[in-house]
Amino acid sequence: MSAPMVESPRAWRVNYLNVSYGIRSWLFTTDHKRIALLYLVSVTLFFFLGGFFAVLIRLELMTPPGDLVQSETYNRLFTMHGVIMIFFFLIPAIPAVLGNFLVPLMIGARDLAFPRLNLLSWYIYTLGGAFTLAAAIFGGVDTGWTFYTPYSSTYSNSNVMLTAVGIFITGFSSILTGLNFLVTIHKMRAPGMTWFRLPLFIWAHYATSIIMILGTPVVAIAILLVGLERLFHIGIFDPKLGGDPLLFQHLFWFYSHPAVYIMILPAMGVINELITCFSRRRIFGYSFIAFSSIAIATLGFLVWGHHMFTSGQSVYAGMVFSALTMLVAIPSAVKVFNWTATLYKGSVSYQAPMLYALGFIGLFTIGGLTGIFLATLAVDVHVHDTYFVVAHFHYIMVGGTIMAYLGGLHYWWPKMTGKIYPEGWARFAALVIFVGFNLTFFPQFVLGYLGMPRRYHVYPDEFQVLNVMSSAGASILGVGYLIPMIYFIWSLRYGPMAPENPWGAKGLEWLVPSPPPPHNFDVTPVVTGEPYDYSPESEREHAR
Amino acid sequence: MWENFPLLPKRASTFAPGVDALYGFLVGMSLFFIALIFILITVFAIKYRRRSAEEVPPPVRGSLLLEIIWIVVPLGLVLAIFGWGAALYFKMYGRAPAEALEVYVVGKQWMWHIQHPTGQREINELHIPAGRPIKLTMTTEDVIHSFYIPDFRVKKDVVPGRYTSVWFEATRPGRYRLFCAEYCGTKHSEMTGWVIVMEPVEYQNWLSSGGGGRVESLAQAGERLFQQLACDACHREDEGGLGPPLRGLFGRPVMLADGRTVVADEAYLRESILNPDAKIVAGFPSPSSMPTYQGQITEEQLLQLVAYLKSLGEGGGQR
Repeated sequence: MSAPMVESPRAWRVNYLNVSYGIRSWLFTTDHKRIALLYLVSVTLFFFLGGFFAVLIRLELMTPPGDLVQSETYNRLFTMHGVIMIFFFLIPAIPAVLGNFLVPLMIGARDLAFPRLNLLSWYIYTLGGAFTLAAAIFGGVDTGWTFYTPYSSTYSNSNVMLTAVGIFITGFSSILTGLNFLVTIHKMRAPGMTWFRLPLFIWAHYATSIIMILGTPVVAIAILLVGLERLFHIGIFDPKLGGDPLLFQHLFWFYSHPAVYIMILPAMGVINELITCFSRRRIFGYSFIAFSSIAIATLGFLVWGHHMFTSGQSVYAGMVFSALTMLVAIPSAVKVFNWTATLYKGSVSYQAPMLYALGFIGLFTIGGLTGIFLATLAVDVHVHDTYFVVAHFHYIMVGGTIMAYLGGLHYWWPKMTGKIYPEGWARFAALVIFVGFNLTFFPQFVLGYLGMPRRYHVYPDEFQVLNVMSSAGASILGVGYLIPMIYFIWSLRYGPMAPENPWGAKGLEWLVPSPPPPHNFDVTPVVTGEPYDYSPESEREHAR
Repeated sequence: MWENFPLLPKRASTFAPGVDALYGFLVGMSLFFIALIFILITVFAIKYRRRSAEEVPPPVRGSLLLEIIWIVVPLGLVLAIFGWGAALYFKMYGRAPAEALEVYVVGKQWMWHIQHPTGQREINELHIPAGRPIKLTMTTEDVIHSFYIPDFRVKKDVVPGRYTSVWFEATRPGRYRLFCAEYCGTKHSEMTGWVIVMEPVEYQNWLSSGGGGRVESLAQAGERLFQQLACDACHREDEGGLGPPLRGLFGRPVMLADGRTVVADEAYLRESILNPDAKIVAGFPSPSSMPTYQGQITEEQLLQLVAYLKSLGEGGGQR
């Protein structure tokens, strides 16, 4: 019938990328791996859009007077930067891209428990994104990503409702993803994959899913109430209508503080995989790391009031929230110490993903320790709402989450695409990002303690030197983010073919071909041992 | 060189040294842990670098002892830090010393209105004497603002619909920056000003020269307003008025019609003027026969009325 195919070095095999072609095969896919790639494209677009706003902010802050843009514009820039980066990049980035791709593969399942729901969650995310983009195009929103009332509910003349609807809708995609992960992890583990044989990436996503399901509805409610007050003047938050402005802060932070852990927990999950693989060691203190994720998720719901130490809430409430916040330092420290101990007597190699992982540990350590400053009541009174806070959360969310996201992307790129990226460029980019990041955000700690408030378009002359340093660093950081973008795309076309397991890693995802076949496993794997079992004896018996 | 490149703001209040000491401790602790992690990672990464592609290191199990150490030691540290920070916070946000000079602040997009008890009014400037506690009672006409003086290490949000207060004592005469720290709209970054700390003698001179404002005291202004609004028609000196008598009221417990007892503080007076039905005094009809003044008077006028009522309560005369 047809001519016999020429044998290529690697035999042609059906995988999830070549099983079908055309736009429809992507837009109507229910394959978790394809949906992960849909998310990858969407969150990358939002990342560069949010980054574009950041560039304008840093350019404006080169000089003390407001000379590049007007105050109205500046306020919209930092608001759109925050809204897009948090709701449309950081929250979905690791769970919806890496989590979506890897959760079924890591536990030996064919797909997530609810594949159609998974596709729906991407459509919901896209719809929410469309509303938010529309808000940006029609003039933006100027309330800050925190939407504090009564400014957002009564005074702002910008597109508050359009943005709020966008965030409200996107929240449901988080809820659906969390639900899907929870059910999948509970019900679809391969035979022998007991809870304590799960990769820690899965534990981290389990903890994250709990927060997504419990927290997101509360921010949806808060946003809905702002809408009711804005549209129908029902007095909920504005005291002139009989409301209480601090109620909004309580509702908002009840979600948005745990949301910070939605961003960092999956990042920690990624780091576990990278550290073990590139030091060829079983993780040090598996169960301590596993339960520290659950501890962070649980404590995360009890600390929202630490955003309100200066708000006029009761002094005693402040003390309770401060004490509870201090406890979050413990599980975080447990993780950092265990990662460090994992290197001990390992076989450490410095491939690109490992450089990102080590960078993560450094930046997360600084971000975490400065979190203790902010949990300390009297110090927070001084640095609250200053650049100290800005520096702190960028160290966690950008230094931490994005480092881990990029590290994970490099680590699983051969698995996801079947292609190898240029290693030298990847190491170089990791270095540029690490240096650029510190140059950008370290000066902001000093700036904050000196008293420069955040969200300032115009600032006193004495703060200029540090602001120029920060902007200079940001230009390096920006280049650092563009480099991987370029070589990743390059590798899709020109990269060499990736083998099944390029890193010599353990874990079920490395047992399937790269890229994996549509149904992941031809035969359901049976798990007989612990994760990260790099011991010499296991070499034989673990292999299938 | 460090003159031009400071790492700390000026220390110009009694709180500043305490906050800086705690901050110094936190910086020291952070440097210690950052150095510890950095050195460990560097040493391990070099000493245990992969020497051959086939190398498989011997397995090392976890260590319960180590886990306990790195749970207990950080726990002790953070709890100590919590206690230290809470003690300072309690002093800052707790009750102001009795001899504190009371100043009233009203935030408004995008300026600070300051009223002194002696009647001086200022915009975006606050003149105070050094060496005397100052208590600020603050509210806003519109959105949330935050009153922030970095050189004093003092910040407190200014929230619509309620009074917040904070106190401090400036130690060194000079000009210090005042910022709005809570994002409040378009010109948030221009809602700034100066706190001018003066030697007590200079401050007296500034007061007697009128400070650029009027000479009528805050309580006198409140009394004039009290008569203008005909409050005295019902709130009479004797018991026979339609409303309860107000002399000696401030700071005392009040029996309510529903059996509760509340202390007549600034918040109670404010609420009763804006929303008379919220708390009905025992023996008076509900709903109240008093009209609401919500939207009828400004926050500054409200503060004048409160100052007047306070002057009736505390010592029964004008201060």
